[in-house]
Amino acid sequence: MRTTIHSLKKGEKAIIKDFDIDTVPLKLLEMGCLPGNMVELLQIAPFGDPLYLNINNGSHVAIRVETAREIEVEIIKTNLW
Amino acid sequence: MVSNRNINVALIGNPNVGKTSVFNQLTGLNQQVGNYPGITVEKKMGFCKLPNNVKANILDLPGTYSLNASSIDENVVIELLLNKNDKLYPDVALVVTDVENLKRNLLLFTQIKDLEIPTILVINMADRMEYKGITLDIPYLEEHLKTKIALISSRKGFGIKELKKLIVTYKTISTEPCLNASSIDPEYFNTLRKTFPNQLLYKLWLVITQDVNFLNLDRNEIRSSFTKSHSDLKRLQQKETIKRYQFINDVLKAGMKIDETVAKDFRSKLDRVLTHKVWGYVIFFLILFVIFQSIFEWSKIPMDFIDSTFASLSTLAAEKLPAGVLTNLISQGIIPGIGGILIFIPQIAFLFMFISILEESGYMSRVVFLMDKIMRKFGLSGKSVVPLISGTACAIPAIMATRNIENWKERLITILVTPFTTCSARLPVYAIIIALVIPDTRVFGILNMQGMTLMLLYLLGFGMAILSAYILNKILKIKGKTYFVVEMPNYKLPLFKNVGINVIEKTKAFIFGAGKIILAISIVLWFLASYGPGEKFNNAEKIVVEKTKDKPLSKTEFENAVASQKLENSYIGLMGKTIEPAISPLGYDWKIGIAIISSFAAREVFVGTLATIYSVGGSDNEVTIKNKMAAEINPTTGEKIFNFASGISLLLFYAFAMQCASTLAITKKETNSWKWPAGQLIFMTGFAYVVALIAYQILK
Repeated sequence: MRTTIHSLKKGEKAIIKDFDIDTVPLKLLEMGCLPGNMVELLQIAPFGDPLYLNINNGSHVAIRVETAREIEVEIIKTNLW
Repeated sequence: MVSNRNINVALIGNPNVGKTSVFNQLTGLNQQVGNYPGITVEKKMGFCKLPNNVKANILDLPGTYSLNASSIDENVVIELLLNKNDKLYPDVALVVTDVENLKRNLLLFTQIKDLEIPTILVINMADRMEYKGITLDIPYLEEHLKTKIALISSRKGFGIKELKKLIVTYKTISTEPCLNASSIDPEYFNTLRKTFPNQLLYKLWLVITQDVNFLNLDRNEIRSSFTKSHSDLKRLQQKETIKRYQFINDVLKAGMKIDETVAKDFRSKLDRVLTHKVWGYVIFFLILFVIFQSIFEWSKIPMDFIDSTFASLSTLAAEKLPAGVLTNLISQGIIPGIGGILIFIPQIAFLFMFISILEESGYMSRVVFLMDKIMRKFGLSGKSVVPLISGTACAIPAIMATRNIENWKERLITILVTPFTTCSARLPVYAIIIALVIPDTRVFGILNMQGMTLMLLYLLGFGMAILSAYILNKILKIKGKTYFVVEMPNYKLPLFKNVGINVIEKTKAFIFGAGKIILAISIVLWFLASYGPGEKFNNAEKIVVEKTKDKPLSKTEFENAVASQKLENSYIGLMGKTIEPAISPLGYDWKIGIAIISSFAAREVFVGTLATIYSVGGSDNEVTIKNKMAAEINPTTGEKIFNFASGISLLLFYAFAMQCASTLAITKKETNSWKWPAGQLIFMTGFAYVVALIAYQILK
């Protein structure tokens, strides 16, 4: 299964890997949602949707799960020690 | 060379960077709010005196994230910046940014630079730098961004003087782009450059990718020779965006330091509470509750004051001016008419104040986040919450506020159901009827019964909006991609100045806009009520003498009898009588019928109409409108006209009926079809009639 922004847990950070350009709105790209940039899941709305993200360390945006599912990421493992 | 022309300064920036505060700081109260020709985007112009006797027109452009327009509001920005012949074309552009969001805000800056307009980078909210552990290397940034930087705080008011000095030097500011974006596809852009050697490359690119009108270039010509598939264009736009961000990241790496250990995070703590799955909703409803309670409680005193002032003015005019038709027109038509407008001011001002505070503070976005999933069940978007809430002020700006809803179906449904929310024009109708039929008592010591009824009516409006959205969602077959991207801005303490200016501007626009109609209708009504056709009107005295010759009346009784005989047979009286059979099952008499007829231009006319009608026809013992209405008796049953059953029936009728010509006009404009406003008119009014009928028949 692909790891996407939707797979993140609250507080988890990840690096954006890839997405299908046709399913992600340009506006989101302009907010900094681009391959290589970091994304952090800050809050999940009640009922699980939408998701409140911090993209590229500064852009605070909310997107719906259906969009989040399209954006593949690699989760940054937090050091337990 | 000294030019006497005012220089044009354009304020450009992302939403939520305090652009409006900068505008307010530069222009003070020297502002004019209008519309761009042909579209309903708000155009804010201001005037500012700069050093060295330079005068400037400041234009506050709609907030935009980039020059890739996705709404009409954003299109305005591009169209202005692409058209050198526009008389508002800026001599200098101020790109306003938020120091905490510099990275993202610079994207727009690099695009504006590509248009080769002298551009000043305004870094706002500089007072927050220490708090957030941010330091900036201004000379380095100025060098690499090829601009001049003004570090300001529109909130604390510092840096404004320096900014003004900087604007004056606009001719010395570099117009060179700060990066070469065309390197994303050299071959493509080189051919483009060769084909149109006299045009700015970035302008051509914008014309190809955007839906903008660009005067001296035929868009189809450019497009046909440089056609690319939608996906390819978008891929190029993505590349362009990446390219710009790379540049910005490189510049900021050296030019900006953030000490994370110093940074304090207030936002996430507040977010945790305000978007909490329980507390979030509790707080939201508490806020709504407080707003509606206070609108009713706080505006009571100023409203009573305005009401009684105009009543005594009316009496004064009638006594002091020489008797005649003109005096009657003034005391019975014009003065009650103006009073009927001004009485709105307190409630409208409070409403605009609360909405302005919710937006300014950043809380509105949290509500959008909180409500999206729920609203989607009804075919709406989380963003529909903003129109539905600001619809409590007026449906017209609310319908315009739907423009940032990306999905057409969600947007259309929002437009169609927004008129159900209780707008401020319904408020005076509700206020007066509630005051007449609901007792002014308290439950549990704090809850005012009248306030509760008002709140219930607001909830009814929202409920109806949601319910019809649900039905429309099932009926309408429109497919479209659902995009939902909403910025969650930083929390800010609303600035008194911004809120104040907003309240004044909006109230003024409302009073003058609606005021003209109300005043005109009041005068027309007065004429229609003061004149009538035929014997029954012209020989009213004689008829009354005939009728009452068995039991002689006192002088005042006789005068009242004549007045009501006249009113009943005046033009307006006949109109009211004609529709009486249709509305008497709802508990209304012909006088209320007149008020309903005139309400179809605009609801708020209701109270003014009754005021005019009762001034013409009633006894002069009761001074205020409310007392006059309370004293009305049905001649056949001997009961009060405004009793519990007819009051509730009227409240429900006004809650649901579509009685606003301006809303129908704006719906037509935004949906580009008469089909939707016609549907609103027929469905809403028909529904209102049925509900009011049922309510009256049960309660009477």
